[in-house]
Amino acid sequence: MAVVFKKSPVLADVPLHYCPGCTHGIVHRLIAESIEELGVADRAIGIAPVGCAVFAYNYFNCDMQQAAHGRAPAVGTAIKRVHPDSIVFAYQGDGDLASIGAAEIVHAAARDEKITVIFINNAVYGMTHGQMAPTSLPGQVTTTSPYGRDVNHCGYPIRVCEMLCTLEGNQYMERVAVNNVKNVLAAKKAIKKAFQRQVEGKGFSLVEVLSTCPTNWGMSPQEALKWVDEKMIPYYPLGCYKGGDK
Amino acid sequence: MSKILMKGNEAIAEAAIQAGCRYFFGYPITPQNQIPEYMSRRLPQVGGCFLQAESEVAAINMVYGAGGAGARAMTSSSSPGISLKQEGISYIAGAQVPCVIVNMMRGGPGLGSIQPSQSDYYQATRGGGHGDYRCVVLAPSTVQEAVDMMAEGFDIADQYRIPVILCGDGMLGQMMEPVEMGRYTPRKLPEKTWATTGMGSRKTPNIINSLYIDAAILEQKNAELAAIYDEISANETKWESYRMEDADYMVVAYGTTARIAKSAITKIRAEYGIKVGLLRPMTLWPFPSAAIAEAAAKVKAVLTVEMSTGQMVDDVRLAIAGSKPVEFLGRSGGMIPAPREIIDKLVEMAGGKA
Ligand SMILES: Cc1ncc(C[n+]2csc(CCOP(=O)(O)OP(=O)(O)O)c2C)c(N)n1
Ligand code: SF4
Repeated sequence: MAVVFKKSPVLADVPLHYCPGCTHGIVHRLIAESIEELGVADRAIGIAPVGCAVFAYNYFNCDMQQAAHGRAPAVGTAIKRVHPDSIVFAYQGDGDLASIGAAEIVHAAARDEKITVIFINNAVYGMTHGQMAPTSLPGQVTTTSPYGRDVNHCGYPIRVCEMLCTLEGNQYMERVAVNNVKNVLAAKKAIKKAFQRQVEGKGFSLVEVLSTCPTNWGMSPQEALKWVDEKMIPYYPLGCYKGGDK
Repeated sequence: MSKILMKGNEAIAEAAIQAGCRYFFGYPITPQNQIPEYMSRRLPQVGGCFLQAESEVAAINMVYGAGGAGARAMTSSSSPGISLKQEGISYIAGAQVPCVIVNMMRGGPGLGSIQPSQSDYYQATRGGGHGDYRCVVLAPSTVQEAVDMMAEGFDIADQYRIPVILCGDGMLGQMMEPVEMGRYTPRKLPEKTWATTGMGSRKTPNIINSLYIDAAILEQKNAELAAIYDEISANETKWESYRMEDADYMVVAYGTTARIAKSAITKIRAEYGIKVGLLRPMTLWPFPSAAIAEAAAKVKAVLTVEMSTGQMVDDVRLAIAGSKPVEFLGRSGGMIPAPREIIDKLVEMAGGKA
């Protein structure tokens, strides 16, 4: 029988706890494959966030530190300074990165830290049951915006790549999605590039991944994938914002 | 080695470097600014890394990262900044990451003042952040002692995998005194086989983590930590006993307040013939409760002096358990007790002239 799919050895052999149809798992796979293909698993050090991906420290076959809510870029900064030859990656949700950890991500990017950040934008706080995130769309109904996000009351959602790409330096920032095969392939390319750049000693890299949370969006997995296309991508255009092929 | 004249804050920074600290993360705040300033000059000279963080929150999380990665790392701050670090310190305690934190205490609450204070005693000795944990708390009263304690502090941190806080006050940081580096003999310490260095040829990943979602497992973890805290209490409690041999009254004071108490004791003995001694906790946690109880048994009454409205006095009362009267004298907000105030209080306790 021909092997059509083999799980990356950089993913631990344990079941993931994510909800059915959640795309966190796909992003884990893309990270693991990138690390494997670049042959850097033995010097990779990952940082797990506070959020649905908190157990990421059990899912990657490499050294891991779990960080306080929003502080992964600070933790990663220090790890990279201690072990400059390591490949440091932080995995963060949108509440984690764009709200409570807004200062840490801005300053890690501003210092052009040689770390890779994978940023999961699913437009809600997943783990705490779907509250409004800094990325929730205008009008989006969440458990703390039951009448829909009112931009006159709490402002507009933050576009992280657009905001960070104004910084000076050698950073790479790209927004991708994982809601169909074509987008997953493009996401893989971007994530691998983010790691590749770190291997080459280049600066900060961040890949924002538009991700689904069918559980808190109150949708089927299919509907959630469609919602990414219809609602998220128009507000969060895909593409490279900084550090394209140069 | 010969003595050199150094400012407290700079001596502390140099002692850290000599103890092998190569990573410093901090954010400016008075009255500890000479520590990061010194570090920013010196660390690059010894192949280390000084990084001015975007906030105290970031700084303590950088310490968590560097300490978890196996390096000797530290941060320093003063009261409001130390408050901001508390969540990080709790994670550090939970994940058992060794590190050293310096708090040059200033008057509070709130923005308070920039003058010396000891009003972060509760915060330092009770964990400070959330959860069942302790930090080892060292309380030097001279610049020399601060230097020695910095060196030992890094060893204690590594030996027990615990955050160590050096609690000074603004006075200690600003005063200049002759110091000798390298007086402390380093301990033999275990290899940091748990650190996140990248797996290399190691077969299983190292994970630095404080999450134990299963309550029964977290309870087990808390019990393990409590056992380490018991071991530290048994091995690392330190105090100084000064003129206690013939004392009828005991002063309990720490840090620079203890120095003021010593001059008061010399004067009161000479002027009034009242026999007063001093018991000076050198570790605030673990607290020298047994030594205080034993010494209290031989005196008529106890006076606790602090630059606060009364924090350590609780521990003194707990130690003595009501067996002797415990009086309190405190100045706060950045005000410093004068020897005369201490003398007057002791004379009053002794019922006038002895
Ligand atoms: C200091 C602090 N505040 C709040 C929380 C509670 N909390 C846990 S997860 C979470 C939200 C995470 O949402 P996000 O980063 O969007 O990740 P997701 O779960 O959606 O993947 C919050 C607020 C916490 N653990 N620590
Ligand atoms: S709550 Fe949402 S983000 Fe979290 S695992 Fe479930 S679907 Fe994924």
